Amino acid sequence: MRIDRVLAGVLAAMLPCFAQAQQDTQKEIERYRQLLQDGNPAELYEARGEELWKTPRGPKNTSLERCDLGLGPGVVKGAYVRLPRYFADTERVQDAESRLVTCMVALQGFTLEEAKRNPFSGTGVPMITTDPFSGVGQRSVMTDLVAWIASQSRGMTIAPSVSHPKERLAYQAGEKLFYYRAGPYDFGCVTCHGEEGKRIRLQNLPKMTNAKDAQRAFGTWPGYRVSEGELRSMQWRMWECFRQMRFPELEFASDASIALITYLAKKAEGGTFDAPAIKR
Amino acid sequence: MQPKMILALALCGIWVAGCATRPSDSEAERALAEMIKASFKTRGQATIDRLSQDDAQALCSKHAGELPKDVSDGIEKAQQATLRYPGSGKLMGDWRQGERIAQSGVGKQFTDDPTRPAGGSCYNCHQLSKNELSFGTIGPSLYQFGKLRGNGEAIQKYAYGKIYNAEAFAACSSMPRFGHNGVLTEEQITHLVALLLDPDSPVNK
Repeated sequence: MRIDRVLAGVLAAMLPCFAQAQQDTQKEIERYRQLLQDGNPAELYEARGEELWKTPRGPKNTSLERCDLGLGPGVVKGAYVRLPRYFADTERVQDAESRLVTCMVALQGFTLEEAKRNPFSGTGVPMITTDPFSGVGQRSVMTDLVAWIASQSRGMTIAPSVSHPKERLAYQAGEKLFYYRAGPYDFGCVTCHGEEGKRIRLQNLPKMTNAKDAQRAFGTWPGYRVSEGELRSMQWRMWECFRQMRFPELEFASDASIALITYLAKKAEGGTFDAPAIKR
Repeated sequence: MQPKMILALALCGIWVAGCATRPSDSEAERALAEMIKASFKTRGQATIDRLSQDDAQALCSKHAGELPKDVSDGIEKAQQATLRYPGSGKLMGDWRQGERIAQSGVGKQFTDDPTRPAGGSCYNCHQLSKNELSFGTIGPSLYQFGKLRGNGEAIQKYAYGKIYNAEAFAACSSMPRFGHNGVLTEEQITHLVALLLDPDSPVNK
C-alpha cells in the first residue's frame, strides 16, 4: 500500500538524523583491580553526603531537600544517571556538581564563590600544598554530596538527555573540546582516549568513542581512588586530566567542563551505573 | 485522515524539527571558543595563551579521525622546517641521564616547579629498557631500538629529530614536539638519543 511505503521511506530517511605479553601484564592489572573491590571507603563519603543533604546550612539555614536535580525538587533516586541535562530555571545545561552549586546558592544563600570553594577533598600530592583549600585531610562538602547523590543511581542505566537544542550544542561543543589539541605537549583528550587497548604506564585507557569503554569509565565515577586516598568526582577527573595535559586550569563546574561531561555521558549511554566505585 | 497517514505526517514533523534544531558546526565552534575563554584560567606556569593553537594543532583538531594526505604532507613539511640540531654536531649524550629523563613525568604542569627541568615522560607511552615493567603502550616499543638499527650518523639524526619534533615525520602524531615546544633542552635530547642508541644502554641489552 502506498502509505506503507511512505512510512517506510520516512522512517528510513529519519535514521541519519537520530542515528551513536602483554597478556600477563593485563592479567595482573585485572587481578589488582579485583583485590581492591573488597571494602570501599566511598561509603563513608556517602554517609556524610546524605547527612549534608538533610542538614540546614548557610545564611538561609535551609537543607538541600528541595534541590531539583532534574526529576523534581528533592528527588535524588535515579537523578544522577539522567544528567547532564537542560534546566529551565537556570537556562543552562548542568551536571550534578554544577546543579549542587545552583542549589547551595538558591536554597541555602551561599554566594557562588562560597559554593564553589574546596570542591575536591584535600590530599598531599599532587595538589600544591600552599593552596589553602587543598591541605591534607580537608573535607569537601561538594565531594561528600556528589558521592551520596551518585550512590542513589547505582545499578541504573546511564541516560543523559541530549534532545534540547542547548543539550545538543553542549554535546557538540564537548566533542570539539575532546579533539582540541593544545599546549606545550600538543595533547587533546583524544591523545590518550582515542585508541583501543592502550595504556599509560600501567593504567588502562578507555577509548571514549567505544561504547563499552565509555560505559565502564563513566559508570565508575565518582570513585574512591586508592592512590589518592580520596573519593574523586567527574568534575575532578576533568580537572585532573587537563592539568596532566599541560592545559591551564579548568574551572570547577564551568561550561567547558559540563559540555565535555555531556559528550562523555552520551558516549556512555545505555551502560549500567556502578558508582561510587573503587579505583587504583 | 487514515491513522497511518497521521503517523507518517507526525514522524515527518518530528524529523524536520529534530534536524532543524541541531546546532550547525560553526555554531558549535563558536560555543567552544566562548567556553574555552570562560572556563580555563592561568595557574602557575600554565598560562591561558596555551589554548591558542598553532597551525599544526588547529589542523590536527579539525581533521581528527580523517587526515587528508595533502593536509598531512603540508604539516610534515612545515614541521620539518623547525628542526634544529646541536651546533656542536654531537647528537649522542649520556644514556644514564637519558634513563632518568625517560622515567621522569614532570614538566609544564601547573603543579610543577618551573625552575626544575622537565622530564620526557617516555615510559608513559613506550617500553624502553627490559627491566622497567611499568611502561605504556600509546607508542611503539623502543626496546632494542639501537640494537636493531645501529648507531650511525643517520639514525642518530633521525632519533634526535623525532624527539625534537615528531610531527616532522608523522603529522598529528600523539607524541609531543619536545624540542620545538621548548619542553626538553638540546642536551636532554642528546641523552635520550644515547638511551636509544648506545650499545651499553639497557634499551639495547
